[in-house]
Amino acid sequence: MSSLLSIKNMSVNFDTPRGSLEAVRGVDIEIPAGMSVGVVGESGSGKTVMCRAAMGLLQGSTVNRTGTVIFDGHELTAMSKEQVRELFGSGMAMIFQDPLTALNPVRRIGVQLSEGLRVRLGMSKSDAMARSKELLELVRIPNAAAVLKSFPYQLSGGMRQRVMIAIAISCNPKLLFADEPTTALDVTVQAQILQLLRELREDLKMSMVLVTHDLGVVAGNTDYVAVMYAGEVVEYAPTKKLFADMRMPYTEALLNSIPRVDHKSGTRLTVIAGRLPDPTNRPVGCSFAPRCKYAQDKCTTDHPELKTDPDGHIYRCWFPIGESL
Amino acid sequence: MEKLKFWLQRVAQLFVVLLLVTFGVSLLVRIIPVDLATIVMPVADENQRAAFRASIGLNKGPIGYYLQWLGNFVQGDLGKIYYSGGTETVSGHLIKAMPRSLLLMAYTQIFALGIAIPLGVLSAYRAGRRADRVISNTLFIFSSIPGFAIGLILIIVVGTKLAWLPTLGYATYSEGIWEHFKHMIMPVLSLSFGLISQYTRLLRADMIASLREDYVTMAMSKGLSDRRILWQHVFRPSSITLFTSAALSMGGLIGGAIVIESIFATYGVGFEIFAAIGGRQYIMLQSSVAVIALFYVFFNLVVDIGSGFVDPRTRDRRTNV
Ligand SMILES: Nc1ncnc2c1ncn2[C@@H]1O[C@H](COP(=O)(O)OP(=O)(O)OP(=O)(O)O)[C@@H](O)[C@H]1O
Ligand code: SF4
Ligand SMILES: [Mg+2]
Repeated sequence: MSSLLSIKNMSVNFDTPRGSLEAVRGVDIEIPAGMSVGVVGESGSGKTVMCRAAMGLLQGSTVNRTGTVIFDGHELTAMSKEQVRELFGSGMAMIFQDPLTALNPVRRIGVQLSEGLRVRLGMSKSDAMARSKELLELVRIPNAAAVLKSFPYQLSGGMRQRVMIAIAISCNPKLLFADEPTTALDVTVQAQILQLLRELREDLKMSMVLVTHDLGVVAGNTDYVAVMYAGEVVEYAPTKKLFADMRMPYTEALLNSIPRVDHKSGTRLTVIAGRLPDPTNRPVGCSFAPRCKYAQDKCTTDHPELKTDPDGHIYRCWFPIGESL
Repeated sequence: MEKLKFWLQRVAQLFVVLLLVTFGVSLLVRIIPVDLATIVMPVADENQRAAFRASIGLNKGPIGYYLQWLGNFVQGDLGKIYYSGGTETVSGHLIKAMPRSLLLMAYTQIFALGIAIPLGVLSAYRAGRRADRVISNTLFIFSSIPGFAIGLILIIVVGTKLAWLPTLGYATYSEGIWEHFKHMIMPVLSLSFGLISQYTRLLRADMIASLREDYVTMAMSKGLSDRRILWQHVFRPSSITLFTSAALSMGGLIGGAIVIESIFATYGVGFEIFAAIGGRQYIMLQSSVAVIALFYVFFNLVVDIGSGFVDPRTRDRRTNV
């Protein structure tokens, strides 16, 4: 199967006053065309940075990205900013974590929705507006004409997220990054938004990278899962395979910490005892060692290498579950 | 309804400010330890002086004096300027001086904003890089030279040595557009330098803060060009402080250009105030300050109304006051 997006040995460092912060470390990941890939991990594990870096959205003198990103035959990491920009909208698009901060507070929804159509697809102002209204209807926003004229602060959280989805899909992207599209919403709205994303993906034949820290969301919405820990992808497998036969102790811990029914939206997964290692000062051995119940001496001295099972299941652990127990 | 209440409250507040300011100035005029009558009528006898004092209310207490002045002021009688030979009305002087000051102020603002906005946007976009450093260093140097010094340097170099521009006076439109601008260029430059660096710094700081916002990354992910993002997404939410400070500096520019107007003898309000102080024309001073206070209050209202246009969120917030 061909990959739509392939990320090879990508690392992202931020220069901070406290030194270099390695937010993403040597990530290798393939997003197969037409598939939905989940990215899970605790808060701060580098999910957002990985997605933004893959698209080339991290800018500024403090950002250093290394490695290779190939999207749909284009080697993004070898292209200029202007060339990559040509691929935005109709190639790649992104839904952001918080729809309130990701929509411009002083511009009307209609303007924010139609400008991509005008710039990327060359539509006229009135065509773009008409199309914007259709897009709002497509994401099931009632009273679309009025919403076009509103400002983001006048809409509810769920409506704002729908608007953002409408913006992201407006130019029919091949790949949609959805960065925690439901974290900021309450539970019933979460379900509606996930349903909407499933349908849109079906209709528009989009591939999707679905970032979440909720394994429950992953189970119902993805074909593959990448588990991130401390900036690394520590396990990658087809979703069914992962749940049936997980190899990483971290994934197991994550699964055991799946939020209870009374889990309120927005609460972070901090149920695994201990915390993520300091990203400016990572342990030499396995990053998970201080919190891992399977850890042995080797784990604290040697950084585990990536291993690939014959069936393509990838993980990064010296003592994977189901092997040396 | 809520909105109406907000605006009524706002206007009432500003009205109180106006009364306090004018009363304060009126007190100051009373406190000055000289007898106005002796100054404006040096050769008159005591009866004439007493009549003069009574005519402007100086025989009453501070409040009575203020009320009499206020009563005249609201009817358009701003008092008189006294010469040894006779009198002229304050309003006559201000009516002539005001358009000159307003034009000087308008040109100064347009020029300062016209330079500061591109500079601020550019230096935020290139923050920390060479263009940004060159801009901030240059502006720092210019902003540390006071306006009157710039004025004097301009007069010496451009006015006298090169003889390109007239160093004194004012020309109306009817004397020719070019003639008019020739008289304005140097005063405008002298007033602008400080403003340019102030405005650039404000805009740069706000733009840098806005550039970190998620909606900028979002705009990038739509495939918009940097130029479009800067101007359409970042400039507007970042310009509120800039326009507020520009509007508030208007009030100051109308009367506050005293030194520059005097150096270039543009015969604007600032010049009139300068002359009033020199000539001990305290009624003139009091009424001019009141007129300037009126302008301050007016531009305050402009800021209130304008910020609602720049940031729609403030419009609704107001109803929750
Ligand atoms: N612009 C930046 N400059 C410096 N450090 C950053 C920057 N952006 C992110 N980081 C750091 O990189 C690490 C990874 O952050 P990231 O936002 O990718 O986490 P995440 O997995 O998306 O978490 P969450 O679930 O909270 O969204 C964090 O330690 C964060 O503090
Ligand atoms: S390498 Fe060791 S510490 Fe790391 S996850 Fe595997 S068993 Fe645990
Ligand atoms: Mg994130």
